[in-house]
Amino acid sequence: MDCVVTGGNVKVLAKAIHSLSRIGDELYVEPQDDALALRSVNSSRSAYGCFLFAPLFFSRYTVPSENDFRCKMAIKSVQAVFRSLASLEKTVEKCHIELDMKKNRLTFTLHCKHGLLKTHNLSFQDSESLQAVFDKDSCSNVFRAHPRLLVDTVMHFPPSLEEVTVSVNDERMWFRNHVDEETELSKAMLTELCLASDEFDQFSVQGQSSVTFCLKELRGLLVFAESTGLPISMYLDEPGSPVVLSVTDSVLEGNFVLATLSDDPNHHKNNTRRAQTPPSAPPDFENDDIDSYLIAMDTSIVPGPSATGPPTPHLAESTYSKQPAAAKHSTNIHSEEEEEEEDEMADSDGPPNKKFCSLFFGSVLPPSSQMSTQPLTNQEVLASDSEEDT
Amino acid sequence: MPLSTQSQADDEQYVLVASLDNARNLSNILKAITFKDHAIFNATPNGLKVTVEDSKCLQANAFIQAEIFQEFTIKEDVVGFQVNLTVLLDCLNIFGGSTVPGVSTALRMCYRGYGYPLTLFLEEGGVVTVCKINTQEPEEPIDFEFCSANVTNKVILLSESLKEPFSELDMTSEVLQITMSPSQPYFRLSTFGNSGNAHYDYPKDSEMMELFRCNKTQTNRYKMSLLKPSTKALALSSKVSVRTDSRGFLSLQYLVRNDDGQICFVEYYCCPDEEVE
Repeated sequence: MDCVVTGGNVKVLAKAIHSLSRIGDELYVEPQDDALALRSVNSSRSAYGCFLFAPLFFSRYTVPSENDFRCKMAIKSVQAVFRSLASLEKTVEKCHIELDMKKNRLTFTLHCKHGLLKTHNLSFQDSESLQAVFDKDSCSNVFRAHPRLLVDTVMHFPPSLEEVTVSVNDERMWFRNHVDEETELSKAMLTELCLASDEFDQFSVQGQSSVTFCLKELRGLLVFAESTGLPISMYLDEPGSPVVLSVTDSVLEGNFVLATLSDDPNHHKNNTRRAQTPPSAPPDFENDDIDSYLIAMDTSIVPGPSATGPPTPHLAESTYSKQPAAAKHSTNIHSEEEEEEEDEMADSDGPPNKKFCSLFFGSVLPPSSQMSTQPLTNQEVLASDSEEDT
Repeated sequence: MPLSTQSQADDEQYVLVASLDNARNLSNILKAITFKDHAIFNATPNGLKVTVEDSKCLQANAFIQAEIFQEFTIKEDVVGFQVNLTVLLDCLNIFGGSTVPGVSTALRMCYRGYGYPLTLFLEEGGVVTVCKINTQEPEEPIDFEFCSANVTNKVILLSESLKEPFSELDMTSEVLQITMSPSQPYFRLSTFGNSGNAHYDYPKDSEMMELFRCNKTQTNRYKMSLLKPSTKALALSSKVSVRTDSRGFLSLQYLVRNDDGQICFVEYYCCPDEEVE
């Protein structure tokens, strides 16, 4: 891999990495023919972010011929390369990213003003391919707005607030701080902001909906969207289905997929607090429990392009894994996955689990469908269906 | 002026009297060497030298020439004492250390001699505070035996170009490695941290490089924890001279311009890090 980024694009790249750092601790780098993919996922796998930079984004873009190189590295160390974000635009003229396969290092070279050369040789680990399975086009509700609108909205929430509830109807969108069920309502402060549909560039609602998701990642993408001036799109469905936040222009695409808290029917029946729901909001806004829906992750090794009908993940792991280290890793993931599945079953009887749970599994995708935006367009529901699907 | 109401008779008992219209001219430069509490003060008719040391491996000196002071009276050839630097700085900023133009704290610093406290008269807006700081037995500063005759390599850089690299140094690296060479990479700062290594290269013809005089390729490592305090001096300075001698000792000299445009110097000496096998 040998890429050169010049001028203002260096800052765009740096901002993208900084916003991914809001999600996870590791940056997954995957140079593909059609784009450089930078991805991150959080430890519970309930949030995923991906930026794709098209070859035109770069002044030079060459990827390895064998084309199955991918790696992960501590996102902090990559952030350190672009630490002086504020002065980046003024000082950095060119950024050169080069892979040294022999030394197993990814080298970032910043050519700065006055001839100063900053070289960062970062070590990396081989990694599985990281791919969230989601389909934003199937989402029933789509919104697009200038980032300023959302920045001004979330600004009113305290930095300590973890989750926000977004409710929509035909005419409006509400942002509300999510109050944990354990919090005594008398002690909680509720903040609600209402945005009219005409504040959005696009506001298409097929059905009332109310979802709760983490604010941190949204803030992260907003910082990116604001600095690049790109409109931000939001795709949301029912509680439990992931919400997709997205920014796009001709040379780059960024998607953040966040799990939302799911509806628990049992909880609904006993929901005595419903009466307190302000009339303006859809009735189910405060379902804050359980097993939320998860983002399905493809965490296994991608087989050759011939595998259009990928086998089950377990098969894939034993049959197709090329690198022993990676194979071991995916085994771990699969075992965790089974545990998660058991957890999920247990949960259906037991008391609601308060956290966003995550459920992930490996599914093997042919590289041809690897545009991470719609890897499997026919999948509406990610977690359970995809295995049958594949 | 309350400070001038001090009677002449009072003054006569002091071996050292130094006055400043703006105490910031002293406090700023002392901040550049604040990394340990104990500071050795050494006054001569030329001015004041303040020394702070760490682990017998690092020494920082601040020089405030006699001309910087509005009054600088010394009755002996050398007056030496030691005070707690943090306490002294707190006293100098007792009025809050306002940076509003036109508002400044006037200072009169007096010392009667061995065994007496250091007395500070501070005045701002007609209010006078008198601080007495107990002095301690002065220690002898370490002589690093760094003399210009043994200097192998020397570069002078505009501080601007070093501020950013120093602010973003990888603190997971135990050492900062400095390479100076008549050929490439000329002047290089390197760190070796958890996530990999980083190099900052300055070409010798950069407009940031005011002087480049390197005779021999030299690569030395210095403890990051020792060099980190020098960042404060760097931040205040406009130019920095980096020198190494034949033993690999490092000298960093900072040229600092105070609020009134006068020039002071801060100097750091650091021992190289010996590789222990």
